[in-house]
Amino acid sequence: MRIFGLSFKVIKTLLTTQYAYMLEYRIEIALWALSGVLPFIMFSLWSQNDVGNSFGLNDIGLARYFLSAFLVRQFSVVWVVFSFEEDSLSGRLSPYLLQPLHPLFRYVASHLAEQATRLPFAIAIAITFFILNPSSFWLPSLPQLFLAYLSTHFAFTIAFLLQSLVAALCFWTEKSSALERLIFVPYLFLSGLLVPLSAFPSNILKVAMLTPFPYLINFPAKILSGMPVDIFNGFLAQILWISILIPAVNILWKLGVKRYTAMGA
Amino acid sequence: MHRYFKTIRLFWSTAFASQLEYQLNFLIELLAMLGTLLGSVFILSLFFTGGRQLGDWTWESALVIQGVYTFLDGLTNALLRPNLTEIVNYVREGTLDYVLLKPIDSQFWLSVKKFSFAGLPEIILGLSIVFWAAIQSGSTLSPYSLFVFIISLLIGFVILYSVWFLIAASSIWFVKTWNATEVLRALLAAGRYPISAYPVIMRFIFTLVLPVAFLTTFPAEAILGELKFNILFSGLILSSLFFIFSRFFWKFALKHYTSASS
Repeated sequence: MRIFGLSFKVIKTLLTTQYAYMLEYRIEIALWALSGVLPFIMFSLWSQNDVGNSFGLNDIGLARYFLSAFLVRQFSVVWVVFSFEEDSLSGRLSPYLLQPLHPLFRYVASHLAEQATRLPFAIAIAITFFILNPSSFWLPSLPQLFLAYLSTHFAFTIAFLLQSLVAALCFWTEKSSALERLIFVPYLFLSGLLVPLSAFPSNILKVAMLTPFPYLINFPAKILSGMPVDIFNGFLAQILWISILIPAVNILWKLGVKRYTAMGA
Repeated sequence: MHRYFKTIRLFWSTAFASQLEYQLNFLIELLAMLGTLLGSVFILSLFFTGGRQLGDWTWESALVIQGVYTFLDGLTNALLRPNLTEIVNYVREGTLDYVLLKPIDSQFWLSVKKFSFAGLPEIILGLSIVFWAAIQSGSTLSPYSLFVFIISLLIGFVILYSVWFLIAASSIWFVKTWNATEVLRALLAAGRYPISAYPVIMRFIFTLVLPVAFLTTFPAEAILGELKFNILFSGLILSSLFFIFSRFFWKFALKHYTSASS
């Protein structure tokens, strides 16, 4: 069986080696999980100032939304640009390009392995959150959980493709991590990390929904927290973005590699 | 003392020359900064829907806090981030040895070596917002309140620098402290909003444990002429303690430093 042109054996090797790498950095990953506290800070603000009611969420709803946003972010964080920039500047990229394996797959594997390593920390943080806010405790139903899981994976895929697009620019400019900031800014404000998007004024919401960002946090978090959400259109948008981004990344990447060999040779 | 000023001048003029080559970077930073500011003001405005206030702060006075935050963020980007994230690399590559051999204080050298000019627009814009919003909310900008404002900004910056330097210095043991600074950055983001808007327990943490309140809320109160003298006084003591501790910690860390080769 082959997935994306990779044999099962290759996939297994990639994932197990990357997982072994990641286990070495458990403390770092724990810290990184902690650095996702932003949704909790925002939760304390929104609930304290009783604003939630104005966009139709009581304190329990807010608590569930922000915990979900935290969890979705934990499993959709992408840092391809940074790994790729380091690999390309240090010259490690050249041997990767020679292998009969697209370098991006290596990064996919390391992200998935990192998510697996992060799972226990995320669960620990969620449990702590429930101990501090016992009234907000809930268990999503199995179908809910499955849909949330699926949409989080799609969110990860979109984020990964977006960053790969920026990473490919590394072939032209050495500083693509600076460019990464340019997609991080709309991500921060339009993804729903700081506030559920239902709080947005309707005209701004309409514009936001045309970008890929709401589907990175807001959509999966709404499913997970059990808020009413248009599941069909949400998934449709996610799949649409993925199908736009895959060819774009492919083309830019091919152009970039051509340029790269031209420069090195 | 004169030697230290001369060193800074030399460092920063070199930095300026080398950064002139990366004008695109500058442009990107500028765009990212404007986007961030726009986004934060937008999110802040959501708190005020329906004539609400945020922790007893009016819209204009809450904007003063945004300005102070932007200013400090600019300073961070200009001075703290370029220098303090490098410490990890010095430790990892063993080049810290060369720094230690120089006839100048190593903490000073490590803290001012670089200056990123892309942080300057943010510093200027931050201050402009502070003054504009302060006037809008009825502050008279008396010489006294200006003076207290400058002192409280200094207090905030010293605390910020000390905490950041402490984490960076711990790389002598842990080598990779990048993620720890990310946790710090995430917590500092709390400073975008007035401390009185947080639940009691977090107000306590943000005042005494990780004194975010001293970074943004108190300077904002200073320019609005509302800062109590005892807070200013405790800020002076707290920031001195933080700074002394960072020096002490650096000396302590160096005792444990066994360069990359030995």
